[in-house]
Amino acid sequence: MSDTPYVPSSKFGKWFNDRLPLLTLSAHLQDYPTPKNLNYWWTFGGILTFCLVTQIVTGLVLAMHYVAHADLAFDSIEHIMRDVNYGWLLRYIHSNGASMFFLAVYIHIFRALFYGSYKSPREVIWIIGMLIYILMMATAFMGYVLPWGQMSFWGATVITNLFSAIPFVGEGITTWLWGGYSVDNPTLTRFFSLHYLFPFIILGLVILHIWALHVPGNNNPIGIDIKKPSKDTVPFHPYITIKDLFALLIFIIIFSGFIFFSPNVMGHPDNYIQANPLITPTHIVPEWYLLPFYAILRSVPDKLGGVILLFASIFILLALPWLDKSKVRSAVFRPIYRIFFWVLIIDVLALGYVGAMPAEGLYLLIARVGTAYYFLHFLVILPFLSRVEKTDPLPLSISEPVFGGMPKPAMMKSDKKNKNE
Amino acid sequence: MDKLEKKTNRRDFLFTASYTVGAVGIGAVIWPFVDQMNPDRSVKALATTEVDISQIEPGKSITVLWRGKPVFIKRRTESEILEAQKVNLNELPHPEKDEERVKKSEWLVMLGVCTHLGCVPLADKGEYKGWFCPCHGSHYDTSGRIRKGPAPTNMEIPKYEFVNNNTIKIG
Ligand code: HEM
Ligand code: FES
Repeated sequence: MSDTPYVPSSKFGKWFNDRLPLLTLSAHLQDYPTPKNLNYWWTFGGILTFCLVTQIVTGLVLAMHYVAHADLAFDSIEHIMRDVNYGWLLRYIHSNGASMFFLAVYIHIFRALFYGSYKSPREVIWIIGMLIYILMMATAFMGYVLPWGQMSFWGATVITNLFSAIPFVGEGITTWLWGGYSVDNPTLTRFFSLHYLFPFIILGLVILHIWALHVPGNNNPIGIDIKKPSKDTVPFHPYITIKDLFALLIFIIIFSGFIFFSPNVMGHPDNYIQANPLITPTHIVPEWYLLPFYAILRSVPDKLGGVILLFASIFILLALPWLDKSKVRSAVFRPIYRIFFWVLIIDVLALGYVGAMPAEGLYLLIARVGTAYYFLHFLVILPFLSRVEKTDPLPLSISEPVFGGMPKPAMMKSDKKNKNE
Repeated sequence: MDKLEKKTNRRDFLFTASYTVGAVGIGAVIWPFVDQMNPDRSVKALATTEVDISQIEPGKSITVLWRGKPVFIKRRTESEILEAQKVNLNELPHPEKDEERVKKSEWLVMLGVCTHLGCVPLADKGEYKGWFCPCHGSHYDTSGRIRKGPAPTNMEIPKYEFVNNNTIKIG
């Protein structure tokens, strides 16, 4: 977004751009002014885009060999693994790719939590991001059903049964979801259809997410508003593209480590046993990225209650911009919020851990305390903290504390504080 | 003035009528797209199964598949029957007499589906010596009634009948 409007240099370029301004769009993306202090936590947006494209490309070719039928699906996966040229590679990229996708999205989300990126004027970016996250969970869940192993089948049974907790209409909804009286072939074929569709809806939402981002521009590590373009910003290309690319390369190295050296650590061995509706594996666990929610579900000894808390724990995130009212965005200047941020991380990790363990004894106790704390954080601590916390003084711009050597106290005062004094 | 009012009324009527017709039309088009996901005719057709029970010893059970779901057929021992019958109904989260759950007290026929989230419980396990669901820890007694854990109701009894002494027809 330079000051002068973009004009293509070639005659054809100008002719075309007058009819469809694609070149203007590409110029906007190159010049897009970006805060110059973005750190590596900001590279995960690019990494996530890479993950989505990877899943779509590998998924498309897997779908050329996969057969969506209860009697054939399991064998077709083995066929992909043994017979199809590089089939093992494509499948391992796709299955580990899902895990890497979630790893990246969790880092991306906690980045937003730390730096207050969900706050005004970026609420819509945050909400679209949450919708993407919810669709990702649905997509990955349905994808995990496709190999039709024991975990596929029983995971699908447990998750679809969540809806049976809804009073009166619950049974009807589960029957409708299944297309029968249990998870069976009709369930598999519709899950395949939707698993194919959802990533393209996600792609559309990603475009809206970035569009919404380009209206106010990026947040940044110190969380203050900056003038754009100014000496606080750099053009997206080449400064950010090269930084994103470097981070992406490191990410791909780790990703490759999983694919080539331990492609099954994030899966479950029971999924190499074909689905059997008569035998439930002794210990059902969802994929690692859903474990904290699973722990919340199991922490409640009541069916409907557990399901309500499970959905509430996800949907509460949509309301976050209105729960945390603190005007200061970045946790760098919020000494108390910063502590609670790390406690929340520990809480979610602990929930994830007990979600993988049997729901009894000490594990159950931790799950209950963890669940209570999760809701306490969002519903009590955040609203309360944003009223009472004494935040540190904000710098006036990104450049000043950096160029001025020791920050000058006069410059560190926020506008609000200056008025008060 | 009078004329004008009359005109607006007629407009209003036309608007309401067209919105209504439009809404009904859209609903009628959407419904087939929703209903196609409900169980189809071939799924509904597999609704009954006959099972030979002559080989089941007392204390043993078999599991058969009916409508894609496991059905437990258990030949209960004297002590199991007694235990199921002597329970005080007030202790039960979902009070049902054992007599209401069986046709012949020796034979317990029920859906082997945990009423929590649908796992298949394990036989002869748990604190009430009936069934135990390993998924989230629901305990059932020798009548398949929920006693402890997150499951809300007793395991369901399907429609079934004794065709003769050795055969049960489910469905
Ligand atoms: C948001 C993007 C996506 C995610 C998170 C995702 C996730 C998954 C997961 C977790 C599995 C199970 C892997 C396993 O254990 O074997 C799977 C399987 C599968 N997915 Fe995807 N997927 C995505 C996009 C796609 C797309 C766009 C297609 C089709 C064009 C596709 C086609 C398939 C097929 C055919 C399988 C079965 C083969 C297999 O299990 O390896 N996926 N997906
Ligand atoms: S499915 Fe049986 S306890 Fe949850």
